[in-house]
Amino acid sequence: MLMVLGHHLRTKNEWDRVMRSEILFQQKFKIHGGDFVNAGESSIKIRNILKEIGIDTDIIRRIAIAAYEAEMNVVMFAQHGTMHLLVYSNKILLKVADEGQGIENIELAMQPGFSTATEEMREMGFGAGMGLPNIKKNADVLNITSTVGKGTRLEININLNSKND
Amino acid sequence: MAKKKIRLSDIIKCFSLHIECGQGLLDREVEGGYVSDLLSDVMAHSKMGDVWITLQGHPNIVAVARLKEIAGIILINGRKPEEETIKKAEAEGVPILSSDLPAFELVGKLYEMGVSGKR
Repeated sequence: MLMVLGHHLRTKNEWDRVMRSEILFQQKFKIHGGDFVNAGESSIKIRNILKEIGIDTDIIRRIAIAAYEAEMNVVMFAQHGTMHLLVYSNKILLKVADEGQGIENIELAMQPGFSTATEEMREMGFGAGMGLPNIKKNADVLNITSTVGKGTRLEININLNSKND
Repeated sequence: MAKKKIRLSDIIKCFSLHIECGQGLLDREVEGGYVSDLLSDVMAHSKMGDVWITLQGHPNIVAVARLKEIAGIILINGRKPEEETIKKAEAEGVPILSSDLPAFELVGKLYEMGVSGKR
């Protein structure tokens, strides 16, 4: 992997930067549980930031999908949460942490179509059981840790030099 | 043969759609279409420049349309967007139109006009 990467790097400086993977930009967003009116706004902000930085359109598309699904999960299943955007020279990391009901069975939650959404949420077009699968599909690495009754943490990693789909 | 450009204004005129918001954005080109009432499905499968046909009128459709760079939203069956939805759509620059037709009829007409789901 690093060899392949190194092939495209022209200077020692560039190489050092990738090796250190320094944070080029970061911002934290608050998400309020149950706020369906403003749900999605953090994801829109993230998308606008990445567009301004000049990130590749296909990478932005993938991050927008992952961020939206993660944000909606906090709105639907938690009291509050944060989404932390970290832009590195070689990857983008989205860390989502919430205080909420947590996920009982992560393996089951990852299955397309599985959902614990209420009838009301489903009528609004949420809770199709596509959230976590959509995140997984668009991430290069997805880590989920959760404690029932406490909350959930997601780490969504998208490499800047990767192709997906 | 070059494909004829279809704009939101053409669709409005042809099918007598109501303009709910986004009056200044109706010269936007429509590159394709997607129909769904499931938001995750639209996030996953709609494409930039699509017109999105749905019955959902709540504010979150604006976030979805903005994130996927949807050309415009058309509500079907005489449904109207909520007041909060219109406010958000105006702020985010998302045109919302509405039709008295059911989804099947409207999509059929759009397809005939040259708006396709495949690109």
